[in-house]
Formats: sequence, C-alpha cells, structure tokens
Amino acid sequence: MAHGPKPGFTRWLYTTNHKDIGSMYLWFSFAMFLLGGCMALVIRAELFQPGLQIVQPEFFNQMTTMHGLIMVFGAVMPAFVGLANWMVPMMIGAPDMALPRMNNWSFWILPFAFAMLASTLFMEGGAPNFGWTFYAPLSTEYAPPSVTFFIFSIHIMGASSIMGAINIVATILNMRAPGMTLMKMPLFVWTWLITAYLLIAVMPVLAGVVTMMLMDIHFGTSFFSAAGGGDPVLFQHVFWFFGHPEVYIMILPAFGIVSAIIPTFARKPLFGYSSMVYATASIAFLSFIVWAHHMFTVGMPIAGELFFMYATMLIAVPTGVKVFNWVTTMFRGSMTFETPMLFSIAFVILFTLGGFSGLMLAIAPADFQYHDTYFVVAHFHYVLVPGAIFSITAGVYYWLPKWTGNMYNETMGKVHFWMAFVGLNVTFFPMHFVGLAGMPRRIPDYALQFADFNQIASVGAFLFGAAQIVFLFNVIRTVRGGRKATDEVWENPQGLEWTVPSPAPYHTFSTPPVVR
Amino acid sequence: MLMGLKRLFAFLTISAIAPQLFAQETAQKAEEGVERWGVNMTQGVTEVSRTTYDLHMLIFWICVAIGIVVFGVMFYSMWRHRKSKGYKAAQFHESTLVELAWTIVPTLILVGMAIPATKTLYDIYDTKEADLDIMITGYQWKWKYDYLGSDVSFFSNLSTPRAQIDNQQPKNENYLLEVDEPLVVPVNQKIRFLITANDVIHAWWVPDLAVKKDAIPGFVNESWTRIDEPGIYRGQCAELCGKDHGFMPIVVKAVPQDEYHSWLNDRAAAAAKIKELTNKTFTFDELYERGKKVYESTCAACHQVKGQGVPGAFPAIAGSRIATGAMDGHLSMVVNGSPNNPAMQAFGAQLSEVDLAAVITYQRNAFGNNMGDTVQPIDILNFKNK
Repeated sequence: MAHGPKPGFTRWLYTTNHKDIGSMYLWFSFAMFLLGGCMALVIRAELFQPGLQIVQPEFFNQMTTMHGLIMVFGAVMPAFVGLANWMVPMMIGAPDMALPRMNNWSFWILPFAFAMLASTLFMEGGAPNFGWTFYAPLSTEYAPPSVTFFIFSIHIMGASSIMGAINIVATILNMRAPGMTLMKMPLFVWTWLITAYLLIAVMPVLAGVVTMMLMDIHFGTSFFSAAGGGDPVLFQHVFWFFGHPEVYIMILPAFGIVSAIIPTFARKPLFGYSSMVYATASIAFLSFIVWAHHMFTVGMPIAGELFFMYATMLIAVPTGVKVFNWVTTMFRGSMTFETPMLFSIAFVILFTLGGFSGLMLAIAPADFQYHDTYFVVAHFHYVLVPGAIFSITAGVYYWLPKWTGNMYNETMGKVHFWMAFVGLNVTFFPMHFVGLAGMPRRIPDYALQFADFNQIASVGAFLFGAAQIVFLFNVIRTVRGGRKATDEVWENPQGLEWTVPSPAPYHTFSTPPVVR
Repeated sequence: MLMGLKRLFAFLTISAIAPQLFAQETAQKAEEGVERWGVNMTQGVTEVSRTTYDLHMLIFWICVAIGIVVFGVMFYSMWRHRKSKGYKAAQFHESTLVELAWTIVPTLILVGMAIPATKTLYDIYDTKEADLDIMITGYQWKWKYDYLGSDVSFFSNLSTPRAQIDNQQPKNENYLLEVDEPLVVPVNQKIRFLITANDVIHAWWVPDLAVKKDAIPGFVNESWTRIDEPGIYRGQCAELCGKDHGFMPIVVKAVPQDEYHSWLNDRAAAAAKIKELTNKTFTFDELYERGKKVYESTCAACHQVKGQGVPGAFPAIAGSRIATGAMDGHLSMVVNGSPNNPAMQAFGAQLSEVDLAAVITYQRNAFGNNMGDTVQPIDILNFKNK
C-alpha cells in the first residue's frame, strides 16, 4: 500500500487526507479573502470622496452584499475549518479526521457554491444587493432574479459547514489519544468543539430562513410579506438567531489559536486554562439568547428590549475573563516577538477595542444612536479583522514551519504585520468617528462633513490590501524552500503537533501517542 | 540647475494633482458651513438626546478606564518581561481568587451601567399623552408625512440636484441632507411619530432628536420627541432599502408654536387649492412643464432623467410599450402600480390628480415618445372612480 500522496491533480480531487484537505481549505479561503477584499476596495474607492465617481448605487449595494457574504462564508469560516483539519488530529494524537470521505465532499462543494454566488454578478439585474443580512422584503419581493442562486449557494455552504462540524465533533469525541482527557485538550481543540456544536445548531436555521425566502419568492407563501399576513420582523428574528451564534463561530476558534501562541512566546503556561474552557462555553451559551440586540430599533416591547440588553451586557464577563487571562499569561513571562506573537498581541488589543464598542452597542438607548451607522461597521470590523483574520494569520505563521518544514521569512512577516496593523487601524478607527457623527452604513455617497475621515479610511484600506500581497509572497516562498525548521520549531512549545517531524509526514500518529 | 529641477518638480506635482486641487477648491467653498472632523455623537436638542449622550459618554469613559488598566499591564509586561532583557519567566498559571475577582468586579460595573440605561429606555418608550401625532411612511426612496387630524399630508424628496451627485456642479453645504419639503413641527410639544413603510423596511433617524425607529410595512411603530429649540435638524434613512437608500434624507424644521399653526393652515389651504385644480383644463405646455418637475422628483430615481431606465432592474419609459400604448394602460400603471413588480408603486394615492395628469402627459411626449396626446386632471379622477 502506498503511503505517500498520489501524484497529479487527482491527489487533490480524491484526497481523504486531513492535511491535504486542510491545505485546500486554507488556499480556497485565501482566494476568497482576496476576492472579498477587492470588493471592499471598490467600496472604499467609491467612498474616497463625496459624489458618485466609480460605481453606481446599484452596483455599490452588490459590492457591500457580496463583500460581506464572501468574507463571512468564504474567507473566515473555511479558513478556520482548514486550520481545524490540519491541527485537530495532530493536537489530539489522531491519524486523521473521523469521517475522511465526508471531509473531502464538504470541501469540494464549496468552490461550486462560491462559483455560483460569484456568477450572479454577471446576471441580468445583477448580484444580490440587499446586504449580507438580506432583510426581507428587500430580499424577497424586491430582490433581483439572482436571489434564487444566492439561496441555493447558501444551502450548499450550510451543508458544507454542517458536515465539517459533524466531522470535527466526531473526531474530537472519538479519536483522542489514550490519556488525552477533555480537560487536557489544547484550547484550540476545545474552542473548535464548541464552535462545531454552534454550527450544527444554527446552520439549519439559516437554511430554514433562506428556504422560507424561496417559498415566498416562488411558491406563493407569505412568511415575510405583511400584505399576505406574514411578518417582515420574523425574518430578522430567525436570521439573527443564526446570525449571532455565527459571529461567535467566527471568533471562538480564534481564541483557541491565540491561547496556543501567547504561552509559547511568553514561555509561560496559559493562565487559567479551565476558566478559559468555561468562559468559551458560557459565551457559546449566551450567544443563543442575545440575537435581538441586532434589532433594538424594530420596535420590540420594552421587556424584550431589556432582556436582550442585559443578556448582551453579560457577554462582557466571560470575554473579559479571556482577555485578563491572556494578559496575565504575558505578565512575568519571558517574551519574544516573532510574527505569530505580534499578530496575537494585536489580536488581544484590537479585539478588546472591538469588545468595548460592543459593550457600548449593548446599551439599548445608546444603540438607538449607533444602530446602522459606521460605528457598527467599525465595531464588527474591529472584532472580525483583528479577531478572525489576525488570529488566522497568526496561526498560519505559527504552524507553517510544521506544515512545510521551512521557516518563513521573519523580516517579511514583520513587514506584513506592521502594514496590516497600521492599515487596519487607519481604515477602521475613523469609522467610529463618522458613525458617531451620524453617517449611516451601506450608503454609496455621503454628506460633506464625513469627507475627511472617509478619505483617510480609504487610504488605509489600500495599505491593508497591499499587506496581504506580502503575506501571499511570504507563504509561497516558505512552501518552496527556506531555512529548515526543527521538529519543535519554537522554544519548547506545548502540544502533540510539535512531537512529529517537520514537515509533518503525510500520515501522523498511525500509532496513538500516550499522553500523561 | 537646482532651481530648474525644483521648478520642474513643482510643475509636475501641480499638473498631477491640479484636477484634485480644483475639486478640493470647489468643495471647500461649499464646506464653509460644514462642520468637519466631527468625532462624537451630538448632544441634540431634546431631553432624551442629552440623556442618551450622557449614557454614551459614561460607558465610553468606563471603557477607557478598563482599557488603561488592561493595556497598562500588557504594555508594562511587554516592556519589562522580555527575553532580550534576560527576564526569566515565572511559571504560575492559576489563582482562583484572581479569577473570581475579575468575574465579580466587571459584573458589578455592568449592573451600574444597566440601571441608568434601563431608566432612559423607559423614558424613550413612554409615548403616552402626545400633543400632536404625525404618521411617517417610508417609500422607496422618500418619506411621507401625514399630520393626523388635519388634511395636511405630503412627500419629502431629496432636493440635491443630480448634477452635484455626478460631480458636475460644486456640492452645496447640505449636500444629500436637503429635501424639497421638510417636516415642520412645533417646539416644546410632545410629538408622537407613528412610523410605517409602504414597500421595504426603512428607518427614520434624526440624530439631534435621538429618534431612530424602523419603518416596517404592515406594522406601525411608535416614537416621540419634544424639541427644545427652533432650528433645522437633519437625518437620513438608516436601514438599507434598495438602490437609493443613501438618497432619502430627513429634514425636521422646528418652529415656535404660533408659526407652526399658521404654517399648518397655509398648507391645508394650499392642499384645498390643488384639489380645486382638478376641474381646470390645462394646456399641453402647462401639463408638460409641470410633468417634467414631477417626473424628476418622483420617477427619475428608477426610470432615469432621460427615461432610459436601468437595464435588468428598471424598465425604460422612452419608447416603452406602456407610455406609447393605449391611454388606459398607462393610467392604470401609474395610478395602480404594476401587478407584477412591487417596485412600481401605485402613485394614485401619492400624487394629486393634477400632478398625475401632468406626469403622464410628460411621459407620453418626452424622450422621443411624441404621442401628441394630453390627459386632464378630471380624466384621472374619472379613471379612479371607474
């Protein structure tokens, strides 16, 4: 029996190897990240000055919608699944994922889903233009014909995510090496286990809501049409019941990555391991009972308003515990600042800033002023870009030597970091200001008082975009060669993945290791 | 030599950025009245808006304080606890006491914030005992205001000329924040807003009043305000509602009470006059002229100023089957809306008979349609009563 990969393209098409599938997920998500990023640059270029210069409002709305959908479903989620594919089996001492064939399928349906979604750009009436939150009835009665393709591609993405999640749960619960009790699992494994449950719980809800849309559009039902006895607000409740856990799906694995990296470069064990696990679980639980804080202005009864406000404020407690734990891990460590550590530290700082604005948004009366302004745009980009994107980047730099056997170029990594860090803040920090000063989100043109900060933000966006080219270049160079990495790669890192050779052989842990 | 180079460099720079400089200059002229570099929420002109602002600042400063402590510790250890300085890592990794402390203390802070927030929320939700009720209806992409208990009702459209949006004219001070008819309200009166929508979801937001409420088709939301000082307060739609979401501003003009009452009487009288016009017979030119104005404020957002439409989204009027077909079909489309496409609204209830007659006449004769026929207001009335 052959032990290496098959040669040629069929290796990738037929592979059931978790490392191959992980790599495909990561490359796919990076391609989507660039595509969604280009759309963001179209948006920022149009907003460089007041007036319409580059695109018309219809196309602008298609760009904001597609940017959101592609970044959420195409860039962030597949990247985390890719990291899980690569790292979860290696971290728990398993030879592969529990369901390797399904693993292959859950990846390979994704390119088709996104090809279909992207093809709507070339259809008559254009791509979806109703925002990534696709509120009915704008997305049903008033939608362009391409909405049906959008619904189908969401279904496929959902199926892919559910299969991926089931696979991860099955792997973690069944395939841990002897001695690897739940409370000995690395935090990345823990956060992914919880994330996978969130996915299984809410992706069907998303599938449900788009199916209801499909029925409204083509089969004469009126779930969301007031004229037919339906309720447009019902859409928002169902959507955000998916949508809020979804935002934690995009951040919990990030917590796991950062909890692996900071102890390594602080040369000190993670502070409060068990409280980290409990905090993650509490955040996951709370994520199910806060959805209507996205809807404070829909006119809920005051009791509902108060419940969702209090529940949302509560999230600050476990999130705070996590931040305090990371800071305490760094405290009295012996720190060095390699690229993964830089990205992780930026994660802690900027994610905390995003958390602060999140706390502000939780206060319902104040939210009436913040809601649907650029303040919200600033908030969620502060939690998603330094949160999800920076942690993924940190993870890639951290494990790349293990994957490829080569060290990445540290100088180029640092250049990437500083460009991304400066670019990110120059882009998104001014958005707090214009939002507070009254600029609504999702507008292609704006009043003159918002011109200055928008101009600055646009400059930052292009810098951030350029940083990703450095990243791509660095990764390709590392894949092709470079200084050989040791098996440990870093100074005494914790975890089973560092006990296998670098690069990690095609099959690892065919015999399970013993964990003491 | 050096001077020459300098001059050449200066010339190159200027020729490269001259177009921008020109644009900047025209923009600057307009910007004299614009408050630039605003970084914070307005305190507004109502008690609620001031309380909201205070709440916002309170939580902001709490966040700043927490930030200083957390980031302070972090930067201190990044500075002191480096390997390059030979610092040896400690190995502690647990402390139940510390963990308890940083769970309980934030919880207490949160309770402290929840109390004033709850109070303010109760205040905002108290829509009882209003002096005046105004119904606000969101349309794609304009607002309709009905003064309940009077005959006054009108649409409020963006009044910024298209040429400014397309950068062919310098932008004026209130670019995109100006309307043809503002919402006029009295000061020091409790005004209740009943907010709904005709097509998709919109949101009515005026920052100075701290009122933001979704306008949802089929539902009526309530909100209220009591404005302290006369003035003009500007806002925008705050929920993505389609193509021209960015182009449906709100302007509220708060005036002293006696001025408000005389305005309301004038407005009611003007409405009555328009009604009388229904029986008048107009010449072709009168209808065409009036129709052009109505077309540009009401129809051009979708069908475009030259009637060419937007392929795939909004049909053209120029050479269209309906505008060059039988009169009844055209009347039905404009008065009752399209049976197939909800984006084509029923304008029968939105425009006066005079405006309907004018705009239909205009559509049948502009853009090379040249049908040569006219329709009179009374025809519209008869069509509606059929």
